[in-house]
Amino acid sequence: MAEGARLVLADGTVFEGEAFGAAGRASGEVVFITSMTGYQEALTDPSFAGQILIMTYPLIGNYGVNPADCESSRIQVSAFVVREECREPSHWLSEGTVHDYLAVNNIVGISGIDTRALTRRLRSAGVMMGIVTSVDTPEEALAHLRLAPQYGSIDHVAAVSTRDSAAWNRDGSIPIALLDLGVKFNIPRLLEQRGCAVTLYPHDSMAEEILATNPAGLVVSPGPGDPAMLDHQTSLLAELAGRLPILGICLGHQVIGRVFGGDTYKLKFGHRGANHPVRDVDSGRVYITSQNHGYALDGEGLGEGIEVKLVHLNDGTVEGLKHESRGILTIQYHSEASPGPRDSEYIFDEYLDMVRERAGDTRRELARRIA
Amino acid sequence: MGSSTLSSSRRAKPARVLILGSGPIVIGQAAEFDYAGTQACKAMREEGIESILVNSNPATIMTDEDVADRVYIEPLNVAVVSRIIERERPDALLPTLGGQTGLNLAVALADAGVLDEYDVRLIGTPLEAIRRAEDRQLFSDMLGKIGEPETESEAVSSWGQARTAGARLGLPLVIRPAYTLGGTGGGIAHDWQQFEQIVKAGLAASPITQVLVERSLLGWKEIEYEVVRDGAGNAITVCNMENFDPMGVHTGDSIVVAPSQTLSDKDYQMLRSSALKIIGELGIEGGCNVQFALAPHPTVLDWRRNGVERPPYTVIEVNPRVSRSSALASKATGYPIARVAAKIAAGRTLDEIPNKVTGRTTAAFEPALDYVVVKIPRWPFDKFAFGDRSLGTQMKATGEVMAIDRTFEAALQKAVRSLEISGRSLLWDGADETAEGYTQANDQRLWYLMRALRDGTTVDALAAESGIDPWFLYRLRNIVAMEARLRDEGLDRGLLRDAKRLGFGDAQIGALTGLSGEEVREMRLELGLRPVYKMVDTCAGEFEAVTPYFYSTYETENEALPQAGLKALVIGSGPIRIGQGIEFDYASVHAAWALQKAGYSALMANSNPETVSTDFDTSDRLYFEPLDEEGVRDILENEGLPPSIVQFGGQTAVNLAGPLSARSLPIIGSSAEAIDLTEDRARFEELMRRIGLPQPPGSAVLGVEDALRTAQRIGFPVLLRPSYVLGGQSMEIVQNETDLARYMERAGAAGLGSRPILIDKYLEGREVEVDAICDGEDVFIPGIMEHIERAGVHSGDSMAVYPPIHLTNSERDRVVDYTRRIGLALDARGLINIQFVVMPGDGSGSLVYVLEANPRASRTVPFLSKVTGVPIVELAVNIMLGKTLREQGWEGGLWPERDLVAIKAPVFSMAKLVGVDTHLGPEMKSTGEVMGVDRTFQAALAKALMAAGLMLPAQGSILLSVADHNKMEAVPIVRRLAGAGYRLYATEGTAALIRADGIAVETVHKIQSDEHPNVVEVITEGLVDGVINTPEGRLVATLRDGFQIRRAATEARIPCFTSIDTAAAAVEALVHGVATYTVAPLPEYREPRAASVPA
Ligand SMILES: Nc1ncnc2c1ncn2[C@@H]1O[C@H](COP(=O)(O)OP(=O)(O)O)[C@@H](O)[C@H]1O
Ligand SMILES: Nc1ncnc2c1ncn2[C@@H]1O[C@H](COP(=O)(O)OP(=O)(O)O)[C@@H](O)[C@H]1O
Ligand SMILES: [Mg+2]
Ligand SMILES: [Mg+2]
Repeated sequence: MAEGARLVLADGTVFEGEAFGAAGRASGEVVFITSMTGYQEALTDPSFAGQILIMTYPLIGNYGVNPADCESSRIQVSAFVVREECREPSHWLSEGTVHDYLAVNNIVGISGIDTRALTRRLRSAGVMMGIVTSVDTPEEALAHLRLAPQYGSIDHVAAVSTRDSAAWNRDGSIPIALLDLGVKFNIPRLLEQRGCAVTLYPHDSMAEEILATNPAGLVVSPGPGDPAMLDHQTSLLAELAGRLPILGICLGHQVIGRVFGGDTYKLKFGHRGANHPVRDVDSGRVYITSQNHGYALDGEGLGEGIEVKLVHLNDGTVEGLKHESRGILTIQYHSEASPGPRDSEYIFDEYLDMVRERAGDTRRELARRIA
Repeated sequence: MGSSTLSSSRRAKPARVLILGSGPIVIGQAAEFDYAGTQACKAMREEGIESILVNSNPATIMTDEDVADRVYIEPLNVAVVSRIIERERPDALLPTLGGQTGLNLAVALADAGVLDEYDVRLIGTPLEAIRRAEDRQLFSDMLGKIGEPETESEAVSSWGQARTAGARLGLPLVIRPAYTLGGTGGGIAHDWQQFEQIVKAGLAASPITQVLVERSLLGWKEIEYEVVRDGAGNAITVCNMENFDPMGVHTGDSIVVAPSQTLSDKDYQMLRSSALKIIGELGIEGGCNVQFALAPHPTVLDWRRNGVERPPYTVIEVNPRVSRSSALASKATGYPIARVAAKIAAGRTLDEIPNKVTGRTTAAFEPALDYVVVKIPRWPFDKFAFGDRSLGTQMKATGEVMAIDRTFEAALQKAVRSLEISGRSLLWDGADETAEGYTQANDQRLWYLMRALRDGTTVDALAAESGIDPWFLYRLRNIVAMEARLRDEGLDRGLLRDAKRLGFGDAQIGALTGLSGEEVREMRLELGLRPVYKMVDTCAGEFEAVTPYFYSTYETENEALPQAGLKALVIGSGPIRIGQGIEFDYASVHAAWALQKAGYSALMANSNPETVSTDFDTSDRLYFEPLDEEGVRDILENEGLPPSIVQFGGQTAVNLAGPLSARSLPIIGSSAEAIDLTEDRARFEELMRRIGLPQPPGSAVLGVEDALRTAQRIGFPVLLRPSYVLGGQSMEIVQNETDLARYMERAGAAGLGSRPILIDKYLEGREVEVDAICDGEDVFIPGIMEHIERAGVHSGDSMAVYPPIHLTNSERDRVVDYTRRIGLALDARGLINIQFVVMPGDGSGSLVYVLEANPRASRTVPFLSKVTGVPIVELAVNIMLGKTLREQGWEGGLWPERDLVAIKAPVFSMAKLVGVDTHLGPEMKSTGEVMGVDRTFQAALAKALMAAGLMLPAQGSILLSVADHNKMEAVPIVRRLAGAGYRLYATEGTAALIRADGIAVETVHKIQSDEHPNVVEVITEGLVDGVINTPEGRLVATLRDGFQIRRAATEARIPCFTSIDTAAAAVEALVHGVATYTVAPLPEYREPRAASVPA
């Protein structure tokens, strides 16, 4: 029989379940994701750093875990909450169970709870801190939780970003700098497939370091936490804006929004799932997108030249920006998918077209000057 | 002038849209299209567009006059629909919601130039897209163009070519003859001998001597995506579904689970992207279904072989329309595909269509599920024990059930309970002992797998032999493990809770622990273990939802707090099966509406995903649950014990009357006591005796001796049936002592010996049927129906005429009087259906016998409601709520006959059921019905036969082979056929009779003779256009020949009449009906005829 475990929310609600993965305790902001597949990609998504992740789909682990489904080099969530975890996975690529995967990586899990009731609670009360524990009584857990730092007070980006700059691949023809605020592997992977040579830069890079290698473009990655805390990155991007074509994804989008005068705010329970409809305001086309963010950009304060190009169909939140003259494209969602629909991979193509065009412009400009 | 073949949804919104229904319920096309059509009509109304609906099936909600604006219950063919178009002048036609029937008819109308002639444009998916999806060659070209993988195949025209192709592709091989229907003549070859055999047969079966030799994908995963795309190119997938049974079993015959369980995100997105790419390329505008085969493992398909990387999947087919799968997906997710497809056809884009479930989002999103859905098909093999039970590429199920829960095990076990196969759970161990039980798919495979797992067979071994993904088998093994725990461990709260979470029913737990189901129930209630109800909300709880659509589960939070105010629970009719069809869903839906009209909240319980009753906006609250005692009692307790209505959900609901009232749960309408009085034969006989109404003489007998004695007393022919079965099962008419003895012996051998057999005098008279409404004081009869076939053909399988054509005034008065007396004697409240036989009397006038009475809605309620215009269900519901007929403005007696003739004709699905005899008898075999309505009998008959596909061509030839006792009656039929210029073929005895009448006839040879053409060959070689074959008693030899004749006719898809009465009617219609039929909206026929205009 499995050991008991419990999830205690900051408001004192207790959900009793069974322990899986590692024994112990872990606290974090409790969030839910509605994607029905892709649990391993979610577990390893750095944007979930500092968070306790609930899967709303009840059966998790059916196809096991495998190296190809990792989106970063480790599990990023602080704890994992499911209705049922599967100990008998079936998939030809599977190399083990979610249980073992969590245990080996020392991540606490809890199963057997009414995840729908929990989700409904968060939906109405908003996300809040919580703790998963297999070693405490509810009272003890609550005491630990009170001592734990608030999610919004931590610089999660610093914790997940690469420490040193590093080449992802060298064999591409378009050199792209990728500012790593918590990147998912599928971003450099898709860039590589499109002929880019990608170099990852740490979150605290300076503009000169990036410009020194003469990249054709800059991609600012997604990542965890409150964009309002990212002062360094905001001034970095303010410096780079206009000097390189930039693609900002998720957190990258938010930081760029801040550069252009927009403010960011916390959503009640975020957008996390693979089914978010986004409308392109010019074409009217609707795209189903993969999303994972707890903060959003307020379009109000945005300055001249930058336009809201994409909006969320359900709640009207800003989903993408475009700055024509400065060559900036941003999206609040995940064009790299993984997990989720691949419908937005075209964003990379659009961005790279822009990169090529600018490179051509620059070459023409140089040629003109020389002549 | 606009071209009908070019569609652009962005064009102006149409004003009048013609919607084609799917016709009668047949295997492969069931209630899901009533659901789709009804949604479409509602959507059109919301858009301010007038709908003109055509369907031949009266038992549908879509043909209600308050659903569509103009209703035509007419045959679905080019001739009739052209006349409707000419009259109504619609500016648009919506072809994609009426199944394959609607789609094919739309294409035929376009090809015939009718659409161009009347300037009707197709809306929704354009014709070009339909053709590119339906035509295998065009489809394959399209896949090639966009680089999507298809199954390797080769078209061959000779055995030599086939051998080469086969060698290249490798065994096993799938053989598909060109231009035949539904897999006819095809099959799967596992060895070269089989291959040769199937190829040669297939080449012979193909009109162009061509077969497709296709690489077999046996054992691959079968995955479906339901996709919706609008005219602006926005596209979404509503959900995907994974088949438990791998490729090789038709998805309609597979256990299906939603969403997929064994696909990683990469697999899922790979197929999703492919589906979207395909429908984008096709230009679908509306709903669409894409089927894939996914290689489960590199050993199945080495997709990196030879350095070339190919995707690990292939596209099987695309259905460019809403389908059975889309109905399932709609119910599984809460996303109404048909409604959205109709709105897209009306020019809307996805983001302009509100999501009614959340009330705040739109149709442009993809549902997120936080539960598991399991569908299990319902097969007719409980009826057709001699049919071939194996499952393959051709569908055999008549219906399906769906269950929802938070674990796969629970969803599966609830679905099994929902099948309503005599209370069978996964514990049932009655499947025949065969080694092939789980390797060859059949209707009992699930139970074979359970047995094997209990016997310790490993999951790997089972997976290897069945091709079923190990994940599913592990889940089954988990159920087996729980069975063992229940058997071995003491039942405490923890164990009971774990068992309930895996979907174990109370009765099942009782069987494992030595308790009664009731004891288990009491125990769990004491332990505080009740199910909670969770909402199907399309968004996994992310948004507040307003949908009142629930499923039970054993967790903590209950989202279905008791509905406030006056309310009642309508118990639906479960899966569609032979004997219990869509008619009962029609009645259930109307019951819900009537409750609402009376100011009550209507709660609905049902397990059938195809239906209108399980549409979330039909009732105030929908419980998607098994319709057994446990399921219904849990719902009632959750709602605070509101009254139940059991009268409309067929036998499913009626069977619950006893158990519910035994627990003092209130039932409104006729009491459980009244129901028992009619169902218990002895009690009913006693009642009839008491009120002085005649019944056919007979009694219950035990053993051969007893039977022979009784038969001598009452005289042959006699009608035999086991005492405990319903639906005319195992019922037989026997002409002599030999056959009687044989029947009794067979019954004894089948273990029925200890139970009595009912033996009745067979009265070969006219069968008459009434539906009546009774309030305890008055009995109101909306109409009387007379059967075309004499008694002995099950009422569900006979053609019925309204108003009766042969009843004398005195006979009619007696029928009315008897009905009144029975209704009052039973103290019935609501509906009652009574069957009578009228026997010509000797001098003193005819005799009217009572065959049976059922205090519930019958199969004919929709038919009668439509032709009389009486709101039958509504009147009955109001009576249940306490209002008398008079208070509702109606009174007792027979409602004046309408000035029309309406004929209901049964439709069979025999082509799909190999090995089943097609002849009519007391056991019901039909799956659906059509209606022909007109001013004259002949014209109505012609339309009914046309709609049922039983119309003989104007000119042609026919094969006759009639039983001796029918020979004299055949003479006038033969004369008329000859008079109509028909060429006649007949078997020896029949030919002699015809020749004696001075009519030319060609004698055909017996099957056993060496001469050709024999009786079967004249059919298979296409020499005849129809067959009249009435079976001869139960003599084995003639039965065998007759069986082959009837099967051959079925497979050749030509009309085959097995009752002399139907044959006479068909010839009558041929001679007089075809030239005279009219085409008009149904309400017009109900109006009195305008003062007759001279022709
Ligand atoms: N190449 C194949 N190998 C094995 N099974 C097949 C193959 N092609 C089709 N099938 C099976 O036959 C079934 C019916 O084929 P399909 O083309 O979908 O016909 P339908 O139009 O009747 O649905 C499928 O559901 C699948 O299980
Ligand atoms: N005594 C009888 N004589 C002639 N036909 C009968 C007699 N009893 C039943 N039948 C025929 O058998 C059919 C089925 O019998 P019924 O009792 O109605 O079974 P079910 O309960 O399945 O409806 C009837 O529709 C009728 O045609
Ligand atoms: Mg199919
Ligand atoms: Mg098809």
